[in-house]
Amino acid sequence: MATVTISQQEFQQPSRVMLFFRYLRRNPGLFIGFFILIGLILFTVIGVLTIDSSDAYPLSVKPKQPPSLEYPFGTDFYGRDLLAAMVVGMWQTALIGVLAGAIGTLIGVTLGFISAYFGGRLDSIIKGTCQILLPIPVFLIQVVIAGSLDKRDVTIYTMALIVVLLAWMWPTIVIRSQVLSMKERQFVSVAKLSGMGDFEIIFAEIMPNLLPFIAASFVWSVFSAVFASFYLAVVGLGPLREPLLGNTIWAAQSQGAFFNGWWWWPLLPAIAMVLILTSLALINMGLDELANPRVRRTE
Amino acid sequence: MSIRKVIERLLFLVVVIWTASTITFFIPRISKRNPIRERFGQLARTGGFSPDELEIIIESYSQKFGLDKPLWEQYADYIGGIARLDLGVSLYQYPKTVLELIQEAIPWTLGLLVVSTILSFIIGNSLGAVAAWPRAPRWLRSIATPFILFMGVPPVLLAVFLLFFVAFRLKALPLGGAYSIGVIPDQSLEFYLDVLRHQLLPALALIFGTVGGWVLSMRGMGVTIQGEDYVLFAEHKGLSGFTIFRDYYLRNALLPQVTGFALALGNMVTSGIVIEQLFGLPGIGTVLYNAIKANDYLVIYGVVLFITIAIATLMVMVELLYPLIDPRIRE
Repeated sequence: MATVTISQQEFQQPSRVMLFFRYLRRNPGLFIGFFILIGLILFTVIGVLTIDSSDAYPLSVKPKQPPSLEYPFGTDFYGRDLLAAMVVGMWQTALIGVLAGAIGTLIGVTLGFISAYFGGRLDSIIKGTCQILLPIPVFLIQVVIAGSLDKRDVTIYTMALIVVLLAWMWPTIVIRSQVLSMKERQFVSVAKLSGMGDFEIIFAEIMPNLLPFIAASFVWSVFSAVFASFYLAVVGLGPLREPLLGNTIWAAQSQGAFFNGWWWWPLLPAIAMVLILTSLALINMGLDELANPRVRRTE
Repeated sequence: MSIRKVIERLLFLVVVIWTASTITFFIPRISKRNPIRERFGQLARTGGFSPDELEIIIESYSQKFGLDKPLWEQYADYIGGIARLDLGVSLYQYPKTVLELIQEAIPWTLGLLVVSTILSFIIGNSLGAVAAWPRAPRWLRSIATPFILFMGVPPVLLAVFLLFFVAFRLKALPLGGAYSIGVIPDQSLEFYLDVLRHQLLPALALIFGTVGGWVLSMRGMGVTIQGEDYVLFAEHKGLSGFTIFRDYYLRNALLPQVTGFALALGNMVTSGIVIEQLFGLPGIGTVLYNAIKANDYLVIYGVVLFITIAIATLMVMVELLYPLIDPRIRE
């Protein structure tokens, strides 16, 4: 009896968690990306819980202090504690990214499905609109929108909206092409023949198979939202009172931080931004590989 | 390529430009801001004329800029102006036109962007091609990996690090500006060398911030080409490895990359604008930045439209010229 149980254990399918970890080993980009991201989330969450976030605003601490035990990240020209500014800035960056990413993906998935599944005139309108908008540099239009707003109206939420306004074209095109190829698969024909309705086919048959693509497209949207809001903030179009990471670099540069020797001021937010963008880019690439194993095989 | 396709692409270009100009026309008009009122409100605070006078001035200037006409007439004037390449005048440096401001700034921007784009293309594609070439030495192939790993890092962040390490710590290159303070621009060699020294960091940031995309796509392309029959055939003919690499593998893998060129240009321009401002270079990005700071709306919209037209035109041109370099897709 004992030998039987051992062999049963031997042939047991490894648990899903085990499989997940084994997969991460084969897909190191995804692993590193998640690792950095979890670190960033921990930093932000612990920071928000332990640090007085009012120190992230001007005139709260002694200005122009280099990093020390009291102020690990130093303080800036306006008297902000940069550690607190970073915590609040990361939290706001995450807010913009997730909000804009979710809206962008939602629009992209909806339009992509409508366009590909129903086809016809609706498809050509959606596809044509995307094609016309894609060559226009999105950042410049965002500059126009942000520049037209009253400075007092610019908040974290308007930033997210500005950023998402022109960032749904790419997800739409990606999802559309995936649905187009999925639509021709046999299981969809079988579902159709067995009398399933359009909505049932979309949500029960096609959607689950597209989840990795939708996840990759979500991460891409978050990435581009963070990227765009960072650029807008660096040219001084962000919500000026908030310690958004790009705003901090903008403020440092306009006060000539390097000329005056306050090197920590622009450097630390830049490092944080590199970590955020790199982790998102790695996760996006990793998810692409997960969604489309053929990419892996060609490498 | 048929005449029909050429006309089709040109029409597409017109539609793109028309869409962009319509967006830049309507967005500011939806907003509640009135540039003329803001400008003269500012002047009134410093110059001291009475509120009644202010209203008269605002009205007369609104008339002068055609802001009292109905919206559709303003729109027609605006689109007509764009068709004649008239982008309006600056509110702050009046009577300078937007086009004049662009003309003064464009050599700086073009110089930086053209050189950076070309170098990034060359470096990225050679690294990517080598990374996918199985016979290349291992160390050479692994050079590409860090570029792919840090693909998400935008040139602007790279610029901050370069400023810190090269300019601030090592003091090897200047922290910013187009040329050293106190130098009078002339045609001497010394002046050009000085300018070059100031352009080096922004160019490095732009090049290495954009190389990763080329590396990744070229590596993917290279892997696909390797499996092609003509590469196998060349190998069986006994051609040397280098000949195969240059004439069979690289040439064919490079062609599709050219189509990515125009798209990459859009990203390059975006990053270039922000980097110029970071380094204080007097290019188009700085014109735009100053206009944003001063609320000089007409300049903002003019510059945005100018860049959009330039990029869209280049994109269509690349598309039209592509069949000339790739005979396989000629009809």
